[in-house]
Amino acid sequence: MMTEPLVVFDNVVKRFSDFEAVKRMNFEIREGEFLAFMGPSGCGKTTTLRMLAGLERPSEGDIRLAGKSLVDVKPHERDTPMVWQSLALFPFLNARENVEFGLKMRGIDKEKRRRKALDWLERLGIGEFAERDVNSLSGGQRQRVALARALVTEPRILLLDEPLSALDAHLVIRMQGVLTKLQRELGITFVYVTHSQSEAFAMADRVVIMSKGEIAQIGSAREIYRTPANRFVAEFVGRNNIISGKAVSRSEVVTAAGTLRLADELAPSSDVTFVVAADRFGISTTAPTTGNVIAAQLISEEFVGAMVTLFLEAAGGMELKVQIQERSLGEFSRDPGQPLFLTFDPAHAHVLKG
Amino acid sequence: MKDDLLLRWILRSYTALVFLFVFAPIVASLVFSFNSDRFPTIPLGSFTTGWYVKAFSNPEVWDAALRSLVVSSVTAILSTAIGFSAAYTDYRYNFTGKTAFVVLALLPPTIPLIIFALAMLGWLSMFNASGMTVSIIIAHTVLCAPFAMAVIRLRLNQMDPNLEPAAWNLGASEWVTMKSVVIPFTLPSIIASLCLTAAVSFDEFAVAWFVSGLNKTIPVVILEILTGNIDPQVNAIGTAVFLVSITLVVIAQMLVMGRAKKPETT
Repeated sequence: MMTEPLVVFDNVVKRFSDFEAVKRMNFEIREGEFLAFMGPSGCGKTTTLRMLAGLERPSEGDIRLAGKSLVDVKPHERDTPMVWQSLALFPFLNARENVEFGLKMRGIDKEKRRRKALDWLERLGIGEFAERDVNSLSGGQRQRVALARALVTEPRILLLDEPLSALDAHLVIRMQGVLTKLQRELGITFVYVTHSQSEAFAMADRVVIMSKGEIAQIGSAREIYRTPANRFVAEFVGRNNIISGKAVSRSEVVTAAGTLRLADELAPSSDVTFVVAADRFGISTTAPTTGNVIAAQLISEEFVGAMVTLFLEAAGGMELKVQIQERSLGEFSRDPGQPLFLTFDPAHAHVLKG
Repeated sequence: MKDDLLLRWILRSYTALVFLFVFAPIVASLVFSFNSDRFPTIPLGSFTTGWYVKAFSNPEVWDAALRSLVVSSVTAILSTAIGFSAAYTDYRYNFTGKTAFVVLALLPPTIPLIIFALAMLGWLSMFNASGMTVSIIIAHTVLCAPFAMAVIRLRLNQMDPNLEPAAWNLGASEWVTMKSVVIPFTLPSIIASLCLTAAVSFDEFAVAWFVSGLNKTIPVVILEILTGNIDPQVNAIGTAVFLVSITLVVIAQMLVMGRAKKPETT
């Protein structure tokens, strides 16, 4: 017997007056997975999350949680706690009282409430601040209070709406560690909305890329990075070179930079767009005699620690990014005007559909 | 350096002058309320509390004081309740004509008091509701509700729009959220509004004079004692009224400013 996934979005559409924020969405969230929604602002990712929490009502379609339709269930009757981008801590309550709020609403008695709240604050490493005014806590501490407040009722699913966007970069990395560890330990399903690729790729089991109210691709970070489903995903993920041309045989494409061989089966004389990840190129000053070769000129360089991104221009104005180890820079000359030759394995080119 | 000192000295004197200008008449009234002479002249006579004794042994003054207290308390509660509802409507909902709603709700204090008082008298007479204590309460509530709305609106505007959804999300129904989130959050402004509207109602003369009939409030009695008669009793009553009002206003100010200063980082 097939077990029903924890959450099912069944033909969900959300319209705001004349604007369609979410266009006919179908997907499933599995029990215990860490799912991230990622996309540019206005892509519908937050609206999707708010529909799950009951803060927006779908214009069409059905949302089911554990097999039960949620559409007519009021937000306070769902068990879908959320961690808010603004944290939305209650400023007139101290840290412990904030955490107790959800338990109080469930009619749990005072002593038990207190003990559970303190347990959770302890677990998140801020037990000593339990009686402190939330306004006097640091960003990271407030973040932990918000997490404890959402998790204290032990839900099956936790919603997170860009929870780390207000934190400093070093704290973001720390909190990513805290979140993944918690998710593994608790086995709770996390649904995480973010515009940050590094957050989504670092934590999620599966990532949903959204664009203009539609799902562009669902898959693991690796799948999305290596085999983007379409041009939008390839561009959004960055670090990809998108090359267009016309198929002249089942395996060869004529591009502005010459004829290149791909591993995929091509329909002759069709338009072909394919991507080559920036780290898949070889680079040298002498032209190899076999394989795929693109001649290019170096335009500029960008250092990010041990990695360097080179920006090059090939024939026909084609712009290419190549990512290499900083230490291998010395292996070839980068004098102005020096012609460089890029090579790639046909198996590392990924043809885009549509 | 020297210029700075001079400038500071000038600014300080200027501030002192402003305060002097505002408070001198009140201080004078306070001083003369303890002066034994019938006429407010210098040099002063001897110190006496006689005018207070005289004023407060007058049953008409007591009667009016009690009525003022009742009117201002009931007005404060009613106008704060109406002001809160209006402010919350403005905060929470979007609807066509919302700007018109807010402007209309804040309008009454901008109407000249005499015109407002006349209109109130005419309107209440239509329902045979003029000349009663209730008439003053109705008129004062209309006058004070916009103040209540303005004060509470200020506080609601500092509230994170996600605060209510966060409470729903944790299992609180809309009514429970009102009780356990919105009211606690706005409590300082609610108390400030109660004090402020009570003070406005307690002091208000023109409207009370028009609609009160024989049910006089303190300001009306003061004016009646004063007409055609110089009586230092008025100084005594005035000082007492001033103390009540200023206490209410200071409490209101402390609550509004104390909260505004507190960092409410999102």
